[in-house]
Amino acid sequence: MENKDMKSAESPKIVSFLCKWCSYTGADLAGINRMSYPTSILPIKVMCSSRIDPVFLIKSYLRGADGILVGG
Amino acid sequence: MSLKSRSVMVVGAGIAGIQAALDLAEMGIKVHLVEESPSIGGRMPQLDKTFPTNDCSMCILAPKMSESVRHPNIKIYTTSIVDSVSGVPGNFKAVITEKAKYVNQEKCVSCGLCEEKCPVKIDDEFDMKLRKRGAISRYFLQSIPSEYTIDRRSCLYLNKGVCRICEKVCPAGAIDFDDKDKQYEINVGAVILSSGIDTFNPIHFGNFGYKRYPNVVTSLEFERMLSASGPLGGHVIRPGDHKEPKSLAFIQCVGSRDENINHNYCSSACCMFAIKEAIIAKEHIKDLQPSIFYMDIRAFGKDFDKYYEKSKSKYGVEYIKSKVSDISQDDEGNLILKYVFENGEIQYKKFDMVVLSIGLQPRNNITELAEKLNFNLNEFGFCRSDANTPLNTTSEGIYVCGAMNAPKDIPESVTTSSGAVAETLKFLRLERQDLTDKKGAVPEMDVSGDRPRIGAFVCHCGINIAGVVDVKAVAEHAGTQPNVEFSGNLIYACSQDCMNTIKEKIKEHNLNRIVVAACTPRTHEPLFRETISEAGLNPYLFEMANIRDQCSWAHMNEPELATAKSKDLISMGIAKARELKPLKRLPIPIDPRAMVIGGGLAGMTAAISLAEAGHEVYLVEKENELGGNLRNIFFNFEDDPQELLADTIDKLRKNRLIHIHMSTEIQKIDGYVGNFKSTLLKKGSDQPVIVEHGAVIIATGADEHESKEYLYGESSRIISQVELERMMKDKKFPGGRKPQNVVMIQCVGSREEGKMYCSRICCTKAVKNAGVLKKMLPNANIYIVYRDVRTYGFREKYYSELRGKGAMFVHYTPDNKPEVALVNDMDPDTQVNVTVFDPIVNRNIEIKADLLVLSTAVDAKKENLDLAKMLKVSLNTDGMFLEAHAKLRPVDFATDGVFLAGLAHGPKDCSESITQAKAAASRAMTFLNKKAVLAEGTICEVNESRCTACGYCEQICAYNAIEINKEKEVAKVNDALCKGCGACVASCRCGALDLRGFTNEQMFSAFESLDIINVMNE
Repeated sequence: MENKDMKSAESPKIVSFLCKWCSYTGADLAGINRMSYPTSILPIKVMCSSRIDPVFLIKSYLRGADGILVGG
Repeated sequence: MSLKSRSVMVVGAGIAGIQAALDLAEMGIKVHLVEESPSIGGRMPQLDKTFPTNDCSMCILAPKMSESVRHPNIKIYTTSIVDSVSGVPGNFKAVITEKAKYVNQEKCVSCGLCEEKCPVKIDDEFDMKLRKRGAISRYFLQSIPSEYTIDRRSCLYLNKGVCRICEKVCPAGAIDFDDKDKQYEINVGAVILSSGIDTFNPIHFGNFGYKRYPNVVTSLEFERMLSASGPLGGHVIRPGDHKEPKSLAFIQCVGSRDENINHNYCSSACCMFAIKEAIIAKEHIKDLQPSIFYMDIRAFGKDFDKYYEKSKSKYGVEYIKSKVSDISQDDEGNLILKYVFENGEIQYKKFDMVVLSIGLQPRNNITELAEKLNFNLNEFGFCRSDANTPLNTTSEGIYVCGAMNAPKDIPESVTTSSGAVAETLKFLRLERQDLTDKKGAVPEMDVSGDRPRIGAFVCHCGINIAGVVDVKAVAEHAGTQPNVEFSGNLIYACSQDCMNTIKEKIKEHNLNRIVVAACTPRTHEPLFRETISEAGLNPYLFEMANIRDQCSWAHMNEPELATAKSKDLISMGIAKARELKPLKRLPIPIDPRAMVIGGGLAGMTAAISLAEAGHEVYLVEKENELGGNLRNIFFNFEDDPQELLADTIDKLRKNRLIHIHMSTEIQKIDGYVGNFKSTLLKKGSDQPVIVEHGAVIIATGADEHESKEYLYGESSRIISQVELERMMKDKKFPGGRKPQNVVMIQCVGSREEGKMYCSRICCTKAVKNAGVLKKMLPNANIYIVYRDVRTYGFREKYYSELRGKGAMFVHYTPDNKPEVALVNDMDPDTQVNVTVFDPIVNRNIEIKADLLVLSTAVDAKKENLDLAKMLKVSLNTDGMFLEAHAKLRPVDFATDGVFLAGLAHGPKDCSESITQAKAAASRAMTFLNKKAVLAEGTICEVNESRCTACGYCEQICAYNAIEINKEKEVAKVNDALCKGCGACVASCRCGALDLRGFTNEQMFSAFESLDIINVMNE
């Protein structure tokens, strides 16, 4: 358990809900321009940020996410 | 009554030919696409990246190549040439010879054993002779068709009657030495020529030592070195000793802007090409110093100057304005450049490696083709076309696109392709197409109720992914996931043979869900969906994991962590795929009418093109006069612009399908692709008119910048280029006297902080107006104060002519701008003193000017923002409308059914506006010619048994796509209007709504896989 916490502190797993039209495209652009950011950001594409049900956030935390980013 | 046909021949299958073929095919026209080499694709596959976005060239081209080979209306002839074209427009007969390939294309499995064993090793032309290939070979890795062919010039058996090794090793028995040339006779209504260009061979320039000094290479050779799939695998090394270069010199205009070799034109693309290569090389070797030796940097295209500036500020590329006269080599293979500055000063500098930015020239076989097809060439040997008919050859019914009639970059080539398509339509019989199943479509398998059997494919994307991520490990990891029946790697998942692999694996392992870990679904999802539907799977049983754009490219320096993240991403994709369900796409009816916004040259041309093809058009103009900016242009090099204006207006007014709405504003645009409804209001009226249409073309133009510099407005002698044109037309100059000294200042309001773009037309305009003045007043002294003279393409000729007539060109830099003072403050017609530093004489010079002409910028219209909001399209940072893709969709918007032409897109001249307007019309017709198109499958659905008809979703939906059925007391989704955003789903308190393709279950499944990841990582 201690081990896991330390690991989380080093690279917290951040689930990122990205809108297909803007922030998901933005994340692609970041890649195209070779801009770097931590690998712990895990993008999940949604059709619109309004699609994000509060349940998504709770479920993500319950499943081990350390943080959540909503881009839209 | 002219003859009309249902088919067209396109000669040359580079990006220009491919685009023309696709546009025609979408309109329901049969296309014969003839290509001389063994693969379609042209020049683009040789390029590593494209400017100014650094998109991977092959990655953006591959989907178009695949689309054209799959399209039922396109027939591709490779290793083929056109023998003759006879007949009349509307009814041509063409004879095509397909050279023997000696490999049965049906049997070949592209395994490559034959090439491996082939004893002949010859230079590979595709890789610029940097690699050897066999006499039997595949043109390039992602070739379409992907089958091997035998080069009859070098095959031992075909020349000397011995060998036949390939025949022995071929496991498929595909080798066929009895193969013969085949002839085809086809009937077509029109011909589009798009056979492209050659590059200049610098072997003729002994002073640069090309081929004598191993470390001097051409820009195209260097491009192959940079390419991940190239002969060096993307490692930049010196050919002489395989050492990494630390300094790199680019020499511009090698074979361009050179009267001695009858290349008195600018090749238009090489400046940007060099900047791009310098940036990419710097990305490969962090401590590299790239330097570019140039005369003028011609970064005149949309967003090019920002790229140029970034190359200096972010990548440290050094620019040296001088002429390289000689290169010598030292004992270590380093190269010493001797170069001369404008003031005659000579310097020397040593470099590890030199890249010659070679120019473009006509194809070596263009004369032969011109004779066969009876069209004329221009003075430089390019296919001849005129400024006002930029897509016509001198032969009726034969049109030209791409770089064949003038050097062009990719987006301009693509624009000319769609434009040429619009021109062919007068000889074609268009029929509105029904929504029919594609011929030979594979019936969809019913997988409902079956246990998920997932296939996971991990793409290398050359080294784009594999260079960072351990793709083998990711594929192995995918294989350990539940329900994964097959996992494996693909070199380029989007290439034709890899897609065939996917289809085979689906059959072999009876797969019913596919996950591809590769680039972004934004560009490649449609392609993979189509692939799996060809294997009988519903296209929505597909999921992508974005391990390139959002992983390998973003985490280039952390390969281990990037691999771990790729595993996470593919796990999430697999988890979601497990829950995927087949979806149906519903038809949306298309209204064949169009609305064109703006009655300038572009708007009028687009309207005429649409109407001539039978579409009703509403042309809306804000002002009470047609013509836009063309009303202020009175001179051109070859023809009279006012005649062009009068002719265009005449054609417009005579066409009964065009409804002109003058002095009219657009209040509102509702609807979506195929079904727009616009509210128009005429000035002074309170009765709005509502028009319905299927497409919108934005051609709202741009404004002339009003200078705030150089004392503009303080003397009648300080004027803009537009004002000068009017004075020259009226022959009336300030003070009533003919001017003796005329100064023109370039880049007023362009290429500066906050407006970092080139206005493209002002250099040519200054050259043109100076030429007219010189003719009118031969004794006048003309000084053009410039930053870079950007007379691209054939405009260069007029620039050198003007220099020959004695006009003075003085170079300035933005940190040392010319200074302007009034001679007499009190006189409104006062002369002005212009002081400018002249680098040639190395001191300030002062000119007492009778006329100071400011070459002011092209400004975006302020109203663009309102229109952009109304149509839900984007603007770039300069306020110009932003196209869907800078390279390959230059007149489309990301929003379906909306297109773009003219100055609203960015600065351009009349000829370019005409081309773009025709292109926009043609792109609109690709769907206006259909009775219906298919809606997306990812839309919302209502579980009626759960719905309480509370109406909350109805209020929340931004697209009015959901309403409550009062009788049944349930919510109802309008499939055509629903955009699939899912706002209603998140808001529904009874859980009655769900978004197909993004259901709660599917989303949850993706997070659930996170749990597994955490456990596994520990």
